[in-house]
Amino acid sequence: MTTFALTLGPTWYWYLTRGTGIVALLLLTAIMVLGILGPLRVSSPRWPRFAVETLHRDLSLLAILVIIAHVLTTVLDGYAPISVINAIVPFDSTYRTLWLGLGTVAFDLMLALVITSLLRRRIGHGTWRFIHWLAYASWPIAVLHGIGTGSDAAAWWSVALTAICVLAVAGAGTIRVGRAIGLAGGWRTTAVIATIAIPVAAAVFTIVGPLAPRWASRAGTPQDLMSGSDK
Amino acid sequence: MKIAVNPIACEGHGMCVELLPELIRLDDWGYPVIEVELVPRSLEALARRAADVCPTLALLLVDE
Amino acid sequence: MSPPAGLPRLLAGVGRGMESRAAHERRHGPLPTLSTTGLIEVVEHSGLRGRGGADFPTAAKLRAVAARRKVSAVVVNGSETEPASSKDVTLLKHVPHLVLDGAMLCAHAVDAEAVFVRMSEGQAVRNVETAIAERPAGELPIALVVGPDRYVAGEESAVVHQLESGVAKPTLTPPRPYEKGYRNRPTLIQNVETLAQIGLIARYGPAWYRQLGTDEDPGTALLTVSGAVVNPGVYEMSFGTPLHALIDAVGGPREPLQAVLVGGYFGNWLSIEDAWHTRLARESLREHGASLGAGVLIALPARVSGLAESARIASYLADQSAGQCGPCIYGLRAIADAMQELADGSAAPGTVEQIRRWCGEVDGRGACHHPNGAVRFVLSSLRLFAAGEPASRRRRQYA
Repeated sequence: MTTFALTLGPTWYWYLTRGTGIVALLLLTAIMVLGILGPLRVSSPRWPRFAVETLHRDLSLLAILVIIAHVLTTVLDGYAPISVINAIVPFDSTYRTLWLGLGTVAFDLMLALVITSLLRRRIGHGTWRFIHWLAYASWPIAVLHGIGTGSDAAAWWSVALTAICVLAVAGAGTIRVGRAIGLAGGWRTTAVIATIAIPVAAAVFTIVGPLAPRWASRAGTPQDLMSGSDK
Repeated sequence: MKIAVNPIACEGHGMCVELLPELIRLDDWGYPVIEVELVPRSLEALARRAADVCPTLALLLVDE
Repeated sequence: MSPPAGLPRLLAGVGRGMESRAAHERRHGPLPTLSTTGLIEVVEHSGLRGRGGADFPTAAKLRAVAARRKVSAVVVNGSETEPASSKDVTLLKHVPHLVLDGAMLCAHAVDAEAVFVRMSEGQAVRNVETAIAERPAGELPIALVVGPDRYVAGEESAVVHQLESGVAKPTLTPPRPYEKGYRNRPTLIQNVETLAQIGLIARYGPAWYRQLGTDEDPGTALLTVSGAVVNPGVYEMSFGTPLHALIDAVGGPREPLQAVLVGGYFGNWLSIEDAWHTRLARESLREHGASLGAGVLIALPARVSGLAESARIASYLADQSAGQCGPCIYGLRAIADAMQELADGSAAPGTVEQIRRWCGEVDGRGACHHPNGAVRFVLSSLRLFAAGEPASRRRRQYA
């Protein structure tokens, strides 16, 4: 199956996997921003609070479907040794183990977020809220996954898109953290610095990582999948 | 069906008022005042939606 | 071991070592054994009502809990978070065994598994610890819990919440503690004075209890009298006594008085003219919109500003909010600030109406009755001290 795929060249699945990955990035970014706007109590006459909240929830369900498609197309593509298990169990694949694994971790977290949200009444608000903070971990991990494994990570449009998404979430996140009344002064300063420092670090990583030569082999692509024209 | 607010859970997000302005209004500090307890048939679906969307599960529905 | 004739009853023998179990039993005899129905009957015939402020018929409360199975605990509510009240701590300090007797009688009647004593920090804690150590071996073990004396912490659901999690904040009711309290099981929570009265009624009977007081309001009550009186303190008085006789009994006014606060910080102001003819009885107090509450009487001298004093209390009540419900947090603070403006003389026209409107908005919109009590107090302050309609005309609106 792998040999057959190789001789045929890039399959439709490969394009779909990249496409769904990018769509997922955009959706997840929108979900994060909407989720942050909620506690910030942002609304307008055309966009009442319940609309912002409902859109946040609906996009989350859509994102899960898109990511499932992303996973299936990757598995069906067959180019890389990635199975369905790798979608749930992280760091088990030999293909760019770390960067793929991050995607798995992000997806696992998202499943936790969505499932606990669907079961909100059963588990109570306190428990739900505690688990929902994991969103702030899930999104950056997903973005790192994209930068690390994305076939288009080095393309100018991909870099621009990712940068916009990161700025959007970092910006909203900084405002949110700055207004968080539950955080003591020292913690708040730390969190604000983090929301600024982490995107900067991600940018630096992108420049020395995917945008620099020989990233594919540095990222852990198995030797037998590397062709001469690879970066 | 009757509506009630759990005042401890309520954080004054106000989504219930957006969806059920016929039954609920906001006080001077942004917290909901239930003006009409008994939900008319025509608004029952909206009441379920309001209870579902409340971020802190503070809007309570009592089916009688 | 003869029944106390006349007064004092609860405070009989105080000053002569009644803290010790030996002295207590010499004075009142050993703890009697009563069946569930036996205890409920004597309490019912006595007409005893709860002394924590709610004034609920004690026999009805006992019956409601006794009817339920797997009662988890009897809690002696000695938190006494009302700043102007010290009757409960007085009982716990001087006659702890009488209180604990009442608790044991109730625990036996409702078949409770445990007994707790909830107190606030203070001298009496030591006395209660000693008394608990003196209890006979066969009795249910008693656990002493010391908690904060924040105003809302004495509320029944807050007492249960504290026992379970250490957080002395009220929880959403229903269900009330008598249905689902400690460990989600029926819990009997009784005020210290109520239990002390039960300790006496079980020994001397309802007929003896009714020898003092009136038919509608039998027995005696402990009052904490403070303010501009010669001898402020804790006194035991018969129901039905006119308020002016109560003031005289504590030495009379120290200076001319203008009003009396009845019931505590959740209570009502009575003008001194009204107070003079009011008796320590439910009906008589109700005519002026008042009730005995936690048995607090504060005598307000004529030379101080009633508004200033009321604004101070309103601000205290606002600060004492548990901070769980928006209308209480923001509403009581807005009301208190406006009261202060009235007292300063810096209030804009319409402030009194604004306060009345806010009171209407806040009443009943918290998880506990803190905002309700505060509103009641503020409205009575406006009635008496805010310029405008004469106090007597206002009074009728709140009957």
